[in-house]
Formats: sequence, structure tokens, C-alpha cells
Amino acid sequence: MTLSVALHHALPGLTLDVAFDAPAGVTSLFGRSGAGKTSVVNAVAGLLRPDRARIVLEGEVLADTGRGIWLPAHKRRIGYVFQEGRLFPHLDVRRNLVYGLRVTGRAVDDKAFARVVEMLGIGALLARRPGALSGGEKQRVAIGRALLAAPRMLLLDEPLAALDEGRKAEILPYLERIRDEAGVPMLHVSHAAAEVARLATTVVVLEAGRVLRAGPTAAVLSDPALTPTGPRAVGALLIARVVAHHDDGLSELDAGGVRLFLPRVASAPGAELRVRIAAHDVILSLGPPEGLSALNSLPGTVAEIHIGDGPGAIVAVETAAGRVLSRVTRRSVARLGLAPGIACHAILKTVSIAAEDVGVQAGPVRAG
Amino acid sequence: MGWLGPEEWQAVALSLRVALTATIFSLPPGILVALVLARGRFPGHALLNGLVHLPLILPPVVTGYLLLLTFGTKGPLGSLLAEIGIVFAFRWTGAALAAAIMAFPLMVRAIRLSIEAVDPKLEEAAATLGASRIRVFVTVTLPLILPGVIAGAVLAFAKAMGEFGATITFVSNIPGQTQTLPSAIYAFLQVPGGESAALRLVAVSIAIAMLALIASEWFARRAGRRGGGA
Repeated sequence: MTLSVALHHALPGLTLDVAFDAPAGVTSLFGRSGAGKTSVVNAVAGLLRPDRARIVLEGEVLADTGRGIWLPAHKRRIGYVFQEGRLFPHLDVRRNLVYGLRVTGRAVDDKAFARVVEMLGIGALLARRPGALSGGEKQRVAIGRALLAAPRMLLLDEPLAALDEGRKAEILPYLERIRDEAGVPMLHVSHAAAEVARLATTVVVLEAGRVLRAGPTAAVLSDPALTPTGPRAVGALLIARVVAHHDDGLSELDAGGVRLFLPRVASAPGAELRVRIAAHDVILSLGPPEGLSALNSLPGTVAEIHIGDGPGAIVAVETAAGRVLSRVTRRSVARLGLAPGIACHAILKTVSIAAEDVGVQAGPVRAG
Repeated sequence: MGWLGPEEWQAVALSLRVALTATIFSLPPGILVALVLARGRFPGHALLNGLVHLPLILPPVVTGYLLLLTFGTKGPLGSLLAEIGIVFAFRWTGAALAAAIMAFPLMVRAIRLSIEAVDPKLEEAAATLGASRIRVFVTVTLPLILPGVIAGAVLAFAKAMGEFGATITFVSNIPGQTQTLPSAIYAFLQVPGGESAALRLVAVSIAIAMLALIASEWFARRAGRRGGGA
């Protein structure tokens, strides 16, 4: 286990009682605002001292309040990318980037520097001050600054929350690259399902200071009973391989033998992608659809039905492509007679899949 | 400086020496006390705050007399320091001490305000990058509060140049020894025909004050530019 966290801490209005393990890759702490996600990350970084805690990183005990162990933040070698960047305003970008090496008396490795600068596309910004950077540029520099200090782990607290949609789309590919190329384990905090779906290898769902569920991303996201940020944000994750790009602006993907048509994706044929399919974009049909405009129809059987508090229900359908969630009304569940074991088709409009729902799975960087 | 008499020139030079010494020696403790007051949470906080501000609210003569009692040759600290060769009473060093004590609250106030304006989140970020507390202070906090430190130093210098009451009470008004600019102006005004000398010193006082202000503006702007102004 890369990181193992167990902590108890009383905050005003919230008691944190959290235990989870984060393996290699990206672990996302997922939950709505106020669930205690940032406090957990701050405890891992050493910025918040919990009432009780045991935190172990790669075998080294960072904190064990029972034995009086508390390693200060500056000795943990854990990089932290904050929501607001927190670049040093009195230093230019280059000196922000090498700050971690400079204050610890380490030499700047020109190769590593060039690699990080290239990976984040910040070569043109090096002489500028943070005050002259856009939000997205600041965040990329903040990521580079954390990476160049050669951390054993990277913490990302809502790294995209302060950015508008366009900037988010700009940063996400860089985070995917870090996940796939830099090999630094990451603990990532987010309340955005799409972001979690793209980045996480493991998801830890937090609600009101407690761990609701933890496990591999696809499994956690396809659990119809889990609606940590509201039923509107529920969506399953499919892994699909790019087969071909068509002239009419569509890309054809193969997910477990099932054909999927998506708006043109940037990745080359052969690339493996993760595609988030929001539950409210999926409709269910008992028979094979006829005379319908939707291009994607996934045959399967109902695995699970979760009836919510309101008029809605979330139906999990097991298909050859993986588990798909559909958000329908309780009335529809009753009318179609949906129950576990019933065969049905999950139907998905191609255009409902936005670019932010599609990310690279691992390995080669997207060609575009 | 042909238009200044030797006695007048002596007063100007002495005042500059006294004010510079007072400013330079009170800067490190000034920054330290400002840090403690801005960031520290401890039981004696209000007491320390009151103590620092005391010279600002006490009559200067009282401060001067207290200094005389404490640092005079027979005073508890004065006699101790005299043994290792440090004498304040009726020396220019005593004038510097009085000036430093009187200017201290102004310096601390200016620096404290600038420390309170520094976002502690930047210091947290520095810590996660491996900087120890001292390194965080030197590489992040200090550069960011530099304009405040400069402002505090200039205020202290100006106050030290003008300090009169505590100085004359503590170290008297000995030409060449403890007769600073204000004491000299006062002395000239006590003798018939001294007005012209007093006026010349007044002009010098105004010139020095203006120069200090311009210099501080320049430094602060430079530091502000380094700070990115973002």
C-alpha cells in the first residue's frame, strides 16, 4: 500500500473519522463540499494536526499520535497542489519551479526541469511573474513546482475548481500525463464526477466526515446506491478502444465487443480511453430500439435498482461493455416492470458525451 | 557645509549617527516582536503589546527618566553594563538608546501590519516544498514584508531624528556628545541672536526628513515591483 491513512478529528460542525488505503496511481477523495476532504489531505501533508491519526507512506510512519510521532510538513516530501495555486508572488515562474530544490539545498537537474516544463507546456512562461499568468497557467506552474521538488506523493486539492470549463479542459490532459508518465502516486480531492472518472484509479467516497465506499473507480462509480454529489452527477465508467475515425465527425470505439459511437476523440486508433456515461443520458428499452435516432444501444440485463428519495431511480445494467447506469423515474421502473435479471437495452445519444467525459486510460499520450 | 557653524554641523552629524544607530539596532528586535505580536498566541500577548506601545503613550520625559533610573551609572542595568564597558548615561549611545525606545512602537506597528497582510497559505505551500520554518521566513515572509520593514525603518529613523524629551532627560544636552538636532535648536533658541542658527537647523531637519521619505518611497516601489504587484 503506498499510503495508509486513519484519522479522527473534530472540526467545527464536522467530525472526521476516516480510514483508507491509497495504492499506486491516482486515488480520488470524492464527495460534496464540506465532507472533510481537504482536511484529510491537509493531515497527510502535515498542515493539519488531527486529534488522532496514523499516516504511513511507503512504510514510513509520518504520523502516529498514539506514539507521539508527527513529522512536520517540510520533512514529509509530499507535494501539494492547492486549489488556488499559491505561487510565490515575489518570484518568477522559473524560481517558483525550483523553489523546492533550492530550499532543500539540492541541485537543479536540467533534464528533469526540461521534462517537467515540456510536460506542462510552461516553457514560454519561465521569466514571468505569477501576477501575469492566467488561472490555468498558474495551476500548471503550481503542478510543476510540486513535481520538481521530487515528492514521494502528490496531493491535489480540487486543482481545477477555481478554473472555468475551458481551463479545466486545458489542465486535465496534463494531470493524465502525470498519472501515466511521472509515476508519482497522487491523492486527489474533487467534487466533480467527471474529473474523478477521468483521473482516478481508486475512489474513496467521503460523506460527512466518513468513508462511504472505497474501491476501483469503475466499480465505485457504477454503484447505483452511491450518489455522493447528488443523483444528477451519477455516471458509470467504460473502458473502450478507439477503432476508427469516420468522416462524419464520429469516432468508433470498441468496448468489450460492443460498438460505441462518440463525437470525434483526439486519440489515435488503438488507444484505450475511459468514457464516462452520465446516468441521466441513458434511457432504457425492453426490446431492441427501432426507429430511434440514438446510435449507441448496449444490450444487457438489469443488475440492480436503487430507488432514490425523489421521483428518480437509478438502474444498473450489466452489458458486455461493462456496467452502465441509467437514471429513470420510478414510474418508468414500474411501467416497464424492471427488476434484477430483466433483459433490456441501454441507449445512449452520441452527442451527450462531452469531451470532458473522455480521458486516456493509461500508457501512450494522446496523439492530438 | 560652509553655511553651518561647527557646533551646528556637529549636531547634524550626531543626530544622523544617533538616528541611524537607533534604526539599525532596533530592526532585528523590531521584526521579531512584530512577528510575535502578529502571529503569536500566548497568555502574555496583551502585556507585550502594551509594553511595546508604552513609549508612545507615556510622556517622553517619563520615559527618559525611567531610562536614567535603569541605565544610569547607578541603575541596575547601567551598572552591570558599565562593567563590560557599555555606558549609556550622558553619551551619544544613550541618545541612540532613547531614540530607539521611542521609535520602537512605530517601527513594530508598520512591520506588524505588513506581516498580517502576508497570506499564511503561501508559507504553508513553502513548507510542503521542504522549507523549514526559518527558510520559509527568509525566502517567503521576509521578501513579502520588505516594503513594510522599509516603511517601519523610515518611520523609526524620522522619529529618532526628532526625539527630544526622553533624550534630554536621559543624556542631557552636551554639545558634541548628546546635543542632537532638536536639542541644538532648543539651545539656540534659548540664547539671544540664536534664531538664525536655529532656522538653519530647521531647514536641515526638513531636508533630511524629505530625503528619507523619498528614499523610502523608492525602496518600497522597488520591493513592490519585485513582489509582482499581483
